[in-house]
Amino acid sequence: MTRYARYFLAAGMASCLMAGFARADKPADPAAVSSDEGKYTDKDGRPTFKVHKDGKVDFYTYIGYVRYTANCMHCHGPDGLGSTYAPSLVNSLKSLDYADVMTTVANGKKDVSESSQLVMPSFGENKNIMCYIDAIYIYLRARSVDAIPRGRPQDHEPKPKGFSETEDSCMG
Amino acid sequence: MSRTFLTGLLTSAALLSSVLTAPSVLAQTPAAAGKEWATPAGSLNGQRFSTLNQITAQNASRLQVAWTFSTGVLRGHEGAPLVVGDVMFVHAPFPNTVFALDLNNDGKILWKYEPKQDPNVIPVMCCDTVNRGLAYGDGKIFLHQADTTLVALDAKTGNVAWSVKTDDPSKGATGTDAPLVVKDKVYVGVSGGEFGVRGWFGAYNTADGKPAWKGYSIGPDSDTLIVPGKTTELGKPVAANSSIASWQGDQWKIGGGATWGWKSYDPQTNLIYYGSGNPSTWNPKQRPGDNKYSMTIWARDADTGAVKWLYQMTPHDEWDYDGVNEMVLADQEIDGKPRNLLVHFDRNGFGYTLDRVTGELLVAAKFDPAVNWASKVDLDPKSETYGRPQVVPQYSTEHNGEDVNSTNICPAALGTKDEQPSAFSPQTGLFYVPTNHVCMDYEPFRVSYTAGQPYVGATLSMYPPRGDTNMGNFIAWDARTGKIVWSDPEQFSVWSGALATAGDVVFYGTLEGYLKAVDAKTGKELYRFKTPSGIIGNVMTYEHAGRQYVAVLSGVGGWAGIGLAAGLNDPHAGLGAVGGYAALNQYTSLGGTLTVFALPQN
Repeated sequence: MTRYARYFLAAGMASCLMAGFARADKPADPAAVSSDEGKYTDKDGRPTFKVHKDGKVDFYTYIGYVRYTANCMHCHGPDGLGSTYAPSLVNSLKSLDYADVMTTVANGKKDVSESSQLVMPSFGENKNIMCYIDAIYIYLRARSVDAIPRGRPQDHEPKPKGFSETEDSCMG
Repeated sequence: MSRTFLTGLLTSAALLSSVLTAPSVLAQTPAAAGKEWATPAGSLNGQRFSTLNQITAQNASRLQVAWTFSTGVLRGHEGAPLVVGDVMFVHAPFPNTVFALDLNNDGKILWKYEPKQDPNVIPVMCCDTVNRGLAYGDGKIFLHQADTTLVALDAKTGNVAWSVKTDDPSKGATGTDAPLVVKDKVYVGVSGGEFGVRGWFGAYNTADGKPAWKGYSIGPDSDTLIVPGKTTELGKPVAANSSIASWQGDQWKIGGGATWGWKSYDPQTNLIYYGSGNPSTWNPKQRPGDNKYSMTIWARDADTGAVKWLYQMTPHDEWDYDGVNEMVLADQEIDGKPRNLLVHFDRNGFGYTLDRVTGELLVAAKFDPAVNWASKVDLDPKSETYGRPQVVPQYSTEHNGEDVNSTNICPAALGTKDEQPSAFSPQTGLFYVPTNHVCMDYEPFRVSYTAGQPYVGATLSMYPPRGDTNMGNFIAWDARTGKIVWSDPEQFSVWSGALATAGDVVFYGTLEGYLKAVDAKTGKELYRFKTPSGIIGNVMTYEHAGRQYVAVLSGVGGWAGIGLAAGLNDPHAGLGAVGGYAALNQYTSLGGTLTVFALPQN
């Protein structure tokens, strides 16, 4: 297992345990309360988006759009709206929290029966997804509460310091 | 391998010389479908033309539904059933059920085959769990299952005669194509260009499933079965190991060139024709070179696989313009001279007319005026860029580079036409082509390869061309001149294979679910009926007990189920506007059904 995946799984399990107690019926308030180098977090410390009054979005929401559309759209449809064979993540994220999403992406999901053949593979070893998973989550979180419209975000904050270095070391 | 080659060449030479004295070869391969529809395109030349003429332009308005049949599967239903004798064979997407229906007994189920397949293959199938149909020959029905099992079923009992594994789904390879049977062999290709699979085209013996030959799209000549010095491209011999020479490093080993499209065969030349798909990844910067032989028309000797000629339409693809669409073989006069033609409507938006014996390029013209990524294909044999598209830098994702969003490229990655096959009528001399009228933004970026995981490397969004509201057209095309003769606009992409008939009626389906009959000469609509779901299947026809039937599978899904289910967005309408392009899911819902039409009995 690669270093980034091990790191991710450890982090994922930890937040799973926490989420077991913390999860409410409604997902947490997505409002950004703090920022670390352009990456925003909500009051529970989970990754979230920031949309400025002029529609400008944070860099992670933007990169999340780009990576979602390259890696997830083939099943989950454009702009997270679902397709004829995979659910709309705009809807799913109305009830799934950060830990749920991380677990599903890393481990995959199967719902196979007489009437259903939904299978999502495990992406735990896929750098193209795991190196951007927070960004993809942030983008979908924004979509799920209708904070951003369909399509490519028209304007975004500049690329944060250190983003490229982190990206390069993750992608290898 | 070289011995196989030699024998192969000798055999093919012998066959070529014996064609004229062996009418039995021709007798096995009628030029058009009649009472039966025994091969995916009705006939081996891929024309999708039937000599049946009970249904005419005069009476088609009186068509009615004769009977229907549910496949019990919800996913996208591509392809068409076969009719052999008094039995209809219907296929379904994953789990790849096959039914044999007794036409003498109101479609009673004679047998049903349902393979057990590992559901882990489902997410490895790009763009839905489709299957494009069955082939028949040697008393057997052939199916290429999702998990790349090629299975031969006894046509009478449905019992498995033999099965063979053609590739490895854990590496992203899947089976979605309709096989083709010619003489004693069954031909199949592979899907998986979005997973870095190295495409191949293979022949198996119909008798026992033993592999006869396999030719890769990419690799050393010993793998591609290119014969250096003998195989030609646009009339010139191809150099040794020209494929590998057109890649950098080891990228060719995960280079794509999948072969999931339709196949056709010409008994006069004993050549089998098909196309190869996109190079992997979608990020052109990661694979410098022409990436041969992705995006290529192939002409292989049917007995040996040796490549007679090939033609790469889109060298160094930058837009995902797969070259897998059907190759229609037709004989027409050009400039007063009778020619043996191969006509191909490519995803890249150009309709190509070639001499199918020599591979000479005769016509290459846009079959949708919206196409803008290239100004033209260079048709000057003296030019250094002969046969190459003249790429417009503004729309070149290679030129614009990684992490740059190239906008307003037409067509979109799904092409001016995708796999939905066209039809040809020898009576009108026209080709009937279902098309997409969709453009895109495309942003390539670096990706890393993991076996069995998606290996895409670009983000794209799709929308209709600026100023237009229709996302498809159904057109009539003259391949001799490269001109559109008539064009019927459609709200959504036309994702159904066309059928041409001797009654001068042409049929196709729409994504909302309409089966439409139009006048072959004018395109005027003669009949429409809304089937239970959107149509991405191909229309076919057959005769039973003296009556002509027209049949089509409905069941929306496939690539069309991705972009269109949610509705395309309209970047020109400004921020926040979903636009006037209504979502397909407002018109239709899932579910596989066969609907069969006929004229009312007196």
